[in-house]
Amino acid sequence: MIEISGLSKTFTLHNQGGAAIRVMQGAELSVAPGECVALTGASGSGKSTLMRMIYGNYLAEAGRIRVGDTDVARAAPREIIALRRETLGYVSQFLRVVPRVPTLEVVAEPLRATGVSAEAAREKAAALLEMLNIPQTLWQLSPTTFSGGEQQRVNIARGFAFAYPALLLDEPTASLDATNRAVVLELIEAAKARGAAIVGIFHDAEARARVADREVDVTGFTPGCAA
Amino acid sequence: MTQDAYNFAYLDEETKRMVRRAILKALAVPGYQVPFASREMPMPYGWGTGGVQVSAAVMTPEDRFKVIDQGADDTTNAVSIRKFFERTAGVATTTRTEEASVIQTRHRIPETPLREGQILVYQVPIPEPLRFLEPRESETRKMHALQEYGLMHVKLYEDISRHGHIATAYAYPVKVEGRYVMDPSPIPKFDNPKLGRSAAIQLFGAGREQRIYALPPFSAAESLDFEDHPFDPSKADHPCALCGSEDSYLDEVITDDAGGRIFVCSDTDYCETRQARGYRGKDAA
Amino acid sequence: MTETLTQTAPGRAAPPAPAAPLLSVRDLGKSYGAHIGCAGVGFDLYPGEVMGIVGESGSGKSTLLSCLAGQLAPDRGEVVFDTREDGPRDILTMSEPERRMLSRTDWAFVHQHARDGLRMGVSAGGNVGERLMAVGARHYGEIRATAADWLGRVEIDTTRIDDRPGTFSGGMQQRLQIARNLVTGPRLVFMDEPTGGLDVSVQARLLDLLRGLVRDLGLSVVIVTHDLAVVRLLADRLMVMKLGHVVEQGLTDQVLDDPQHAYTQLLVSSVLQV
Repeated sequence: MIEISGLSKTFTLHNQGGAAIRVMQGAELSVAPGECVALTGASGSGKSTLMRMIYGNYLAEAGRIRVGDTDVARAAPREIIALRRETLGYVSQFLRVVPRVPTLEVVAEPLRATGVSAEAAREKAAALLEMLNIPQTLWQLSPTTFSGGEQQRVNIARGFAFAYPALLLDEPTASLDATNRAVVLELIEAAKARGAAIVGIFHDAEARARVADREVDVTGFTPGCAA
Repeated sequence: MTQDAYNFAYLDEETKRMVRRAILKALAVPGYQVPFASREMPMPYGWGTGGVQVSAAVMTPEDRFKVIDQGADDTTNAVSIRKFFERTAGVATTTRTEEASVIQTRHRIPETPLREGQILVYQVPIPEPLRFLEPRESETRKMHALQEYGLMHVKLYEDISRHGHIATAYAYPVKVEGRYVMDPSPIPKFDNPKLGRSAAIQLFGAGREQRIYALPPFSAAESLDFEDHPFDPSKADHPCALCGSEDSYLDEVITDDAGGRIFVCSDTDYCETRQARGYRGKDAA
Repeated sequence: MTETLTQTAPGRAAPPAPAAPLLSVRDLGKSYGAHIGCAGVGFDLYPGEVMGIVGESGSGKSTLLSCLAGQLAPDRGEVVFDTREDGPRDILTMSEPERRMLSRTDWAFVHQHARDGLRMGVSAGGNVGERLMAVGARHYGEIRATAADWLGRVEIDTTRIDDRPGTFSGGMQQRLQIARNLVTGPRLVFMDEPTGGLDVSVQARLLDLLRGLVRDLGLSVVIVTHDLAVVRLLADRLMVMKLGHVVEQGLTDQVLDDPQHAYTQLLVSSVLQV
């Protein structure tokens, strides 16, 4: 489902004397449907960079990033948008939404984008919020005012609202209590069971051990840091 | 100064030719406002300088001339203009609609149906029907050229939303021959049905604004409206107190300090002709 | 640099974009004497896409928008719009009546200042109804019902339908302008700093409204702004302009989070974080 080969990346800082910082070289990764691969490596080794490149958020310098039928490294913006809408989900650590939009709508939005009716989308969103123990009294409020843990759960609900064939998870269990952590792990396992290909970053070693089928140490793709 | 000091009908021949060219163009493009080089006339703007120039341009020595102001032949404006042409053109004048060959009017169409060969000249203060909502002349001309007339209906929409009905009671816009939207000058909307399919030539002159436009005989002039708020040429719901006419446009006249009032025909010639034929209203002498 | 990652740009209910672009721009250029307004601009905009154009004052983004919207004649280039009747047509070679017809049916233009886009002497209902009447609506009751429906959709109390825009707040005026523009179901909307003059609290509401309308109506939008937060929330794609030239374009979050050009890097790093 996700095939990466020969991927490299350099940041050129034009406003800091044109410094070129090579952060990735020769990255390879392959994730099959139903498989969960955990990215490992020390902080700064490029886990997030790789994940952002898969999502199309960072521009690839060379190489291929095949997700489904799309090569993210070469795709036009609208192809990446279609990919994000239909194929590739992403649970980031941070929630960025328009202020004042109710939580229920924030979670329902990915479904609405795929053409699901407003009512059905809200139903699904409500089920997820309930599962993640977001009190119903908060559903009509904007998540911008929520605590970090609540925001993280809203973000997870949003990421799991639509059954994406491929999923990127950036620290999905960080700042969660045991109960909610268990719910998230169940969601991940359910996604795997339905055939989703998952790439995740888990600092939570126990969680990683439970859901990840394999680990890939990105240090091997980092120039100058090769193990 | 004597009468001989003037060229026939005051304007010099070249000026009349210029005005006639504008009139011919206006007749060729019904409802279209033709610019013309309006002259200074020996009367103030607002007193019919546009109408006077058009009348002067179409007048021949054989014509019989009538002037009405709000339907009346005997108001200051009407008397002045009639005298102006008596003196400068020496034409015969009349107050009888049927007898006149050229009728200059301010704010009315005579009740007596006009016939072929007659010319009705309107005095026009503001020729641009779109100006109410679009003050830019450059833009309104473009809107006419491209037939962008949605704005006219916005004006009518505003009327209905504010008053529950189309409250525009005079200068009610018409669409001419399905093409140009035209301001018929401040005639009451009661007169609008007489604009269309008239046997007479109808010419409109705006002196200050330097525009001439026209309705050739028998051309269509459709009053704008909405499907669910159709055009309604209503008038005061009374018979004329003097001649008893049920279907002429009426003026309300205050008769005393106690609030007494009567409704009488605004068209004095029509009213007098009826009375001469023996028709009587309730307050007739 | 920002360490946060964006959510996807607002998606739309529309299925994956069909093959033909709605708007196709090639080598568009406009000079004011020796001064370059914009030069060598080219892009394809597909149905349902929202494209942001950012750059500082004088970067040529407003000139470009005016050229695209047929309000300013460029010196060279093509602006091909996929018309409903005749397929792709270069709007620059269209007759003025055709272009004006487009601009009040299939196109919409939302001005920065609502006053430029509204008739201040006409009621809210009349403002919304004007475009309907311009394309031949002649039933007062239906026009009014449609206007009321649209006021509701832009969250203006329908009891205000007979009030003039002068009695509205800035945010309401802007929403009224949007209703007035969208009532004829346009496919392409040009927006010039639509949140520009508004309070921050009002901006969020307007952005949310725009997002919903864009998604529900499948609108294509070209939005000019200098506010990077606005494009991040509204635009799928981004074009960065400097001195009349496009220096970078791409997916909005990619351009903002991984800018390639020196100018874009400067622009992004100059935004105050809160």
